[in-house]
Amino acid sequence: MTKNIDNNRRSFLKVTAAAGGGMMIGFNFLGCEAKPRIAEFVAPNLEVPSKWNTLNGFLKIGENGVVTIMSPNPEIGQNVKTSMPMIVAEELDADWDRVIVEQADLDTDNFVRQIAGGSQSIRFGWKSLRETGAKARHMLLTAASEQLAVPMEELTTNKGKIYHKASDTVLDYGEVATAAASIEVPKDIALKDPKEFNIIGKSTKNVDGFNIAQGKPLFGLDIMEDGMKIAMIEHPPAFGMKIKSLDDSAAKVMAGISDVIRINVEPQGWNPQWSDVNAYPELVAVVGESTWQVMKAKKALKIEWEQDSDLESSAGHVATMEEALSSGKGEVARTDGDPDAAFADAAQVIEKTYTAPFLAHNTMEPMNFYANVTDDKAELVGPIQTPQFLEGTIEGVLGIPKENITIKMTRMGGGFGRRLYGHFGTEAALISKAVSAPVKLVYSREDDMTQGTYRPAYMVTYKAGLDDDGNLTAFQIKGAGIPGSPVFANRYPAGAVDNYTVENYQVATNISTGAWRAPRSNFIATAEQSFLDEVAEAAGKDPIDFRIALFERAQNNPVGADNDYDAERYAGVLKLVKEKSGWGTDTPGVYRGVSAYYCHNSYVAQVLDVALEDGLPKLKKVYCAVDCGIVVNPEGAINQIEGGIVDGIGHAMYSTLSFEDGVPQQSNFDKYRLIRHAEAPEVIEVHFVDNGIDPTGLGEPSLPPIGAALANALYKATGTRMYRQPYVDQVKLLG
Amino acid sequence: MAQFNLTVNGQSHQVDVDADTPILWVLRDTLKLVGTKYGCGIAQCGACTIHVDGKAARSCSLPIGAAEGKKITTIEGLSEDGSHPVQQAWIKHDVPQCGYCQAGQIMTASAFLAENKNPTDSEIVEAMNGNICRCGTYTRIKAAVKSAAENV
Repeated sequence: MTKNIDNNRRSFLKVTAAAGGGMMIGFNFLGCEAKPRIAEFVAPNLEVPSKWNTLNGFLKIGENGVVTIMSPNPEIGQNVKTSMPMIVAEELDADWDRVIVEQADLDTDNFVRQIAGGSQSIRFGWKSLRETGAKARHMLLTAASEQLAVPMEELTTNKGKIYHKASDTVLDYGEVATAAASIEVPKDIALKDPKEFNIIGKSTKNVDGFNIAQGKPLFGLDIMEDGMKIAMIEHPPAFGMKIKSLDDSAAKVMAGISDVIRINVEPQGWNPQWSDVNAYPELVAVVGESTWQVMKAKKALKIEWEQDSDLESSAGHVATMEEALSSGKGEVARTDGDPDAAFADAAQVIEKTYTAPFLAHNTMEPMNFYANVTDDKAELVGPIQTPQFLEGTIEGVLGIPKENITIKMTRMGGGFGRRLYGHFGTEAALISKAVSAPVKLVYSREDDMTQGTYRPAYMVTYKAGLDDDGNLTAFQIKGAGIPGSPVFANRYPAGAVDNYTVENYQVATNISTGAWRAPRSNFIATAEQSFLDEVAEAAGKDPIDFRIALFERAQNNPVGADNDYDAERYAGVLKLVKEKSGWGTDTPGVYRGVSAYYCHNSYVAQVLDVALEDGLPKLKKVYCAVDCGIVVNPEGAINQIEGGIVDGIGHAMYSTLSFEDGVPQQSNFDKYRLIRHAEAPEVIEVHFVDNGIDPTGLGEPSLPPIGAALANALYKATGTRMYRQPYVDQVKLLG
Repeated sequence: MAQFNLTVNGQSHQVDVDADTPILWVLRDTLKLVGTKYGCGIAQCGACTIHVDGKAARSCSLPIGAAEGKKITTIEGLSEDGSHPVQQAWIKHDVPQCGYCQAGQIMTASAFLAENKNPTDSEIVEAMNGNICRCGTYTRIKAAVKSAAENV
């Protein structure tokens, strides 16, 4: 565990002068000198040490006191490359201005859960990251205590320095780092009282921000290596089709083209892992010298396709979900009380159905991966949310033992769940092996959008029963999805209603689907919170007061035992957003909607203000209250929340991926609408609940509720409830 | 294949590529200037934005011939050291999430501010509307362009 190394030990570490002052530590992936290199940022005033002392898998300290902290998890824009090292630095008591952050490779000896998914990096990393920093600090203090011959208790630390007050001595961490590296790592360690934090809780700039603003090579698509070829794939035009025959005679002779091959990422005998979701296991690959030449050769391929299974269409999807929901053959996931009797007794019953289409992830950086596969070795570099699973698939599909597989993670041009499914890494490896050369596989936007692991299409029917006083006495949720139901049976308002039931319906499909930012929640929150707004109105109650009354019921006298939310914290964010938005004070021409949701262990409530300009909605302001416990990096956290809000509004309002005979009807941004500047809220105001609780997820929770805050505000503005996503079609009708 | 003479970021280059090659791929594959990004290939997203004689242009949809005799500027040439006011504003406002679209956003913003030194909010939004940010950093981009305007 404790190693003293010089920086030549890791041959990919190269130090070069960087424009703008400062240094770049470049990852020269394969030991050759091809440019450009993926680079880490080093602040202008830092001298990169010639000798590092490794204290543990996360930390090395140079003789001049400069600290390198490894960032273990994949960076998809959720800013863990800044926030996770901040946690280590906090307990180390490092000087953040003398910290270099380095993206770790897949390294199962030193790190656990190197995954970007489920908003869990900080939550699961919290304790171990703190302990890592605290243990290293303890080792430094032990070394200092020996060097100064004073008891450790008399030493204090601050910003990378050790102080002995009695003798007025100051030691830099760098002065004791060599000695510290040979001290045994302590087993148990005391952690700071959060009140003493001075890095955590302080807004800290994105460690890659300067490199991004300068257009430095950071992404998988930026990789260039000597001898590297460009590969692209051609996949069937429709779900339900496969390759029948390939005529590559025209493509093969085109300038710059070296190979046209067929690959299969699911060879016989390979039992796919959960991450091996892919639309088309068998593909045609074109390999050549430059991206443009390969793009042109792709068009010259003559491929005959044949039907393999059903060719599905969106109209059919809606009909199939409607049929499923009315079949009565759902799986009952939860029942409290006697819903049938309660509905029969209700003074008022409200029933509404909500739908949403498939969605593509559309990361701005299309799928890509670099692979260099030789007889028994594989080196892979690129954007992947699940590197450990990719390693397993490479081992299984290519028959290369794990110890001979290297996986390096690049900064990702967006994830949103798409890069949990690393078939593109496997494809790159298969192509590299087949053509005996390093290759960079590049998806065109069209390849990317029409071969997705899409957000499933959903339909849910809510039914509520109210008594004479407008109290919610019965609640029924029937959820269907292609392929699975979006309903979480134990989430709110489970626990707050005496008579409650959930039925789930599954509809099979041959369209590949997967996790898409805040899976299931991204739809069900919108439906649920739109419905509750309508129910509150029918009950003659204020929508916030109506929700809070239910939380009070769930808190004081919960129904059932498995309610997976904390009613007090849930109500807390609603109360906070009510206060901050000045809810209840009407502004002429401004229409407000409210929504709240709990997912990924965090609570979010939002108020959205809409105005009508020329008959069209203009999003003026979003107030957002968040309870995610301790906020590690406030500015980064606010950025995530703003992004989730814009993302949620955009997809609820504008986006759809539809099918006709198995063919995706949108293949690029001319037809697939993503939200743009003019459609985003003018102002987003974020407020955190300050409660000192250990941190929870933040990359996803602000997205699910906002679609309902928008729907509820649009209702106030137009008098029309939004039942079908994307709303834009209904708003257009109104306009 | 044909030879083309280019001036990119003040440097002259002679490249030998297919005549229909978009400037984007000459920059990325031939000149190894990968700061300019591929996003859609059909001039819809703005990730590939460069300056041609100071005006913002979509490099994915301009064939190489259109660049001859013109001054091309990419994100790498906007400043030598990241000191351009727009780059500095991006850092100050901590704009990026994933960061992939931001070079294109910065190139659009810098060309816009060169023409309009005192823009209104709605002019900023209109100027930036062709650049998609999938992470949704639009409010930050607007704030950064606004503060850059004060320093251009």
